[in-house]
Amino acid sequence: MKKFLLTASAAALALAASAGYAAARDQIQIVGSSTVFPFTTAVAEKLGQSGKIKTPVVESTGTGGGMKLFCQGVGENTADFTNASRAIKDSELKTCKANGVTPVEIKVGFDGIVLANSKAGTVVDLTKEQIFKALAKNVAVDGKVVPNPYKNWSDVDSSLPATKIEVLGPPPTSGTRDAFVELVMDAACQEEVKAANEKGCGEIREDGAFVEAGENDNLIVQKLEANPNAFGVFGFSFLDQNADKLQGHKVDGVEPTFENIASGDYGVSRSLFVYAKKEHVGVIPGMQEFIAEYTSDAAWGPDGYLADKGLIPLPDAERAKWAENAKALKGMGS
Amino acid sequence: MTDAISSFGAVGRPVSIHTDDAAKARLKGRYRTETWFKWLGAAAVALAGLFLVLLLSTIVTQAIPALRQNYVTLPIDLSAAKVDPAKLDEVNYDAIAQEALTAKFPDVTSRQDKRLLRGLISTGTGVFLRKDIAADPGMLGGTVDYAVPLDDFADLYLKGLLADVGSDEAISTTVTPSQTSGDIDLTFGDDAMLALARGHGATEGENGMLTLTSGASSLLVAFNGGTVKLTALSPAANGTVIAKGTVIEALDSTAPAASGQAFLRVIETPEASRKISDKMIVWLDRLKSAGLIESRFNSIFFFTGASREPELAGVWGAVVGSFLTMIVTLAIAFPIGVSAAIYLEEFAPKNRLTTMIEVNINNLAAVPSIVFGLLGLAVFLNFFGMPRSAPVVGGMVLALMTLPIIIIASRASLRAVPPSIREAALGIGASKVQTVFHHVLPLAMPGIMTGTILGMAHALGETAPLLMIGMVAFIVDIPGGFTDPATILPVQIFMWADFPEAGFQQKTSAAILILLVFLVIMNAIAVILRRRFERRW
Repeated sequence: MKKFLLTASAAALALAASAGYAAARDQIQIVGSSTVFPFTTAVAEKLGQSGKIKTPVVESTGTGGGMKLFCQGVGENTADFTNASRAIKDSELKTCKANGVTPVEIKVGFDGIVLANSKAGTVVDLTKEQIFKALAKNVAVDGKVVPNPYKNWSDVDSSLPATKIEVLGPPPTSGTRDAFVELVMDAACQEEVKAANEKGCGEIREDGAFVEAGENDNLIVQKLEANPNAFGVFGFSFLDQNADKLQGHKVDGVEPTFENIASGDYGVSRSLFVYAKKEHVGVIPGMQEFIAEYTSDAAWGPDGYLADKGLIPLPDAERAKWAENAKALKGMGS
Repeated sequence: MTDAISSFGAVGRPVSIHTDDAAKARLKGRYRTETWFKWLGAAAVALAGLFLVLLLSTIVTQAIPALRQNYVTLPIDLSAAKVDPAKLDEVNYDAIAQEALTAKFPDVTSRQDKRLLRGLISTGTGVFLRKDIAADPGMLGGTVDYAVPLDDFADLYLKGLLADVGSDEAISTTVTPSQTSGDIDLTFGDDAMLALARGHGATEGENGMLTLTSGASSLLVAFNGGTVKLTALSPAANGTVIAKGTVIEALDSTAPAASGQAFLRVIETPEASRKISDKMIVWLDRLKSAGLIESRFNSIFFFTGASREPELAGVWGAVVGSFLTMIVTLAIAFPIGVSAAIYLEEFAPKNRLTTMIEVNINNLAAVPSIVFGLLGLAVFLNFFGMPRSAPVVGGMVLALMTLPIIIIASRASLRAVPPSIREAALGIGASKVQTVFHHVLPLAMPGIMTGTILGMAHALGETAPLLMIGMVAFIVDIPGGFTDPATILPVQIFMWADFPEAGFQQKTSAAILILLVFLVIMNAIAVILRRRFERRW
């Protein structure tokens, strides 16, 4: 027994020590947004199947978390790419630069944010103003800013059904939430609310009408199925994949379809990005192959496999422009 | 004594505080409480059992479809003209397999339809072909019958999970087509079809015309070797019905089909609300009736790594990752935990310092696991610069988490060894170390093992601590060592539950089942160890 204990602890120590001297990394590491995750993983897998390089490792850390890891610095222990469901912020770019990181920006496509409910529920046609009134923490009633008094959709607008306002949506850590606030809440903000509090537009009510359902969009889908009166806020790809259970609602008269989001008619859509670390090109094997695969028409084109996964492709001209930028490794702010 | 006399009752028997009416009522009350408690206990057990059965049955019923995968056998042309044996890696195997499929459907000509048809087989086909050819070059040189996995939607449809497929009945009237392909008119001998179309969500129009939109069920009429999808119906002279339809599969002739010769297939789920089109359903049914589709044991699921395509996704990568992580955890937590327990229990003086340590160990056992993950990130990754997503780091973090559990369990079982054993050993001249290692530890070992296995089972089910060190990631390659990126079973379950594709639902349940099997095995080993080796004094 004594011998066993001694050998076991020796082995453990040896193991711990050997791990300290990690060998040079030969596999790409990608972090970032959970919205871009399904697309980046598909590209990673395709590239791995081709046998040219080891399949990149993709983590879903959220846009903000990904930026933090990505901008940490240059070297084997930092990520090579980060996914983002919004453009890099000035403050993040500054951190990147300060740590010697030059990000190469690649806009990969669009994602629509949809308001959907179960097929058993009613179809409504909403405007951004109505959504703001239903979900904002403070709204203006007769020129005065008061905590949101609306209980039913019909209180917001008499044309809407007399059902309780119940919306399931992403938590504040999510990029989807950021985009929803920016595209709907800020866009349709009432003057009085804005005047009262500069940040008041983005505040979503916390009295139970808006339920933060976590980052797991599948969970929202299941909850919507169970409750036909509830609405959900999530990315278009989930609506697309669950077309048999859910229906999307028109916002400002435009239906959330693939074509309407691609053409830009649907108002609640955002751009998705991937940032590459220029300093790692040539150091970590496969960086250029990964960029080339992502920006190939077989992947992000209108008939590419990413479109099958729910990514809405960029218009041809824009795609060509971003592909060229990526190929030339045009770093930001240089 | 006067008290005793006065307490004789009317019947002459002595009445004491134990036998009077109040006592009887109290006794009854006590029995009642006992019965109540028994019933409540039984109810609690029954309720817990009910939930367990409910949980397990949901998981099992959901998991069963994932255990099989449908394959279509296609004649794949691997002659030298298609595959150059010298350049095996440059061949587009996907295209070869797709050609074999489209050759089965010569009347599918339009680009869009061909794309739909190609979508029936898995996008991983080329990878499988390349691997199999590399393993068996004898396949080359001619045409071989090769089983190709179907795409997840086709697979789910064949398993009956994607669309509600209704009746498939003979039509009891004549059906006359106007043409053999394109958009055609069908004449039905009686008007039974009208009522049927109304019952399946057709929209009423002018002059009794019924339109079947993509929001209504699909009515497919199969006759003369082809299939027609009905789009609109209207009543005509003599009680007949003229229907407009689109030919999905070309008919042999325009000859009228006699009563009972044409078949009506109803797909209840409207085309707009399913991920598989009528065309794909017709093609799949044709392949099926030709006997080319076969449901096999899903070896892909058990023996491959993760994938974004449900039909290609497997748990093996996660199982290997879990195994590597557990080895590291065991190698670190077991020796350290047991040594710490022995020292604290047998050698350490009982003073304020050891009491402090004891309190801290107990506290540590209750710390939320995510805290250990943060510690791992700060110490192992940022300070020691260890690789992200590696089982060695995951194992170390989980070892920290299991350590207090092992120490507590080991101390308890060391304490359970009677002092007489120690005294006897010391009495015949054994040293303290000899006493502990020759006599006390072997007797405490079954208990220590049990505690360790339970601690490991606990660690096997953890995801939170691994979130911070990058093991919650999409990793396709199966890890080959302790520093390769890896993920573990519970993480795989978590990620599959989050993927939008419907095919992953079954995979999630199947992976849960595998994890449960591992946990049951580990707990069973713990029980067996305890039963076989435990000594009672």
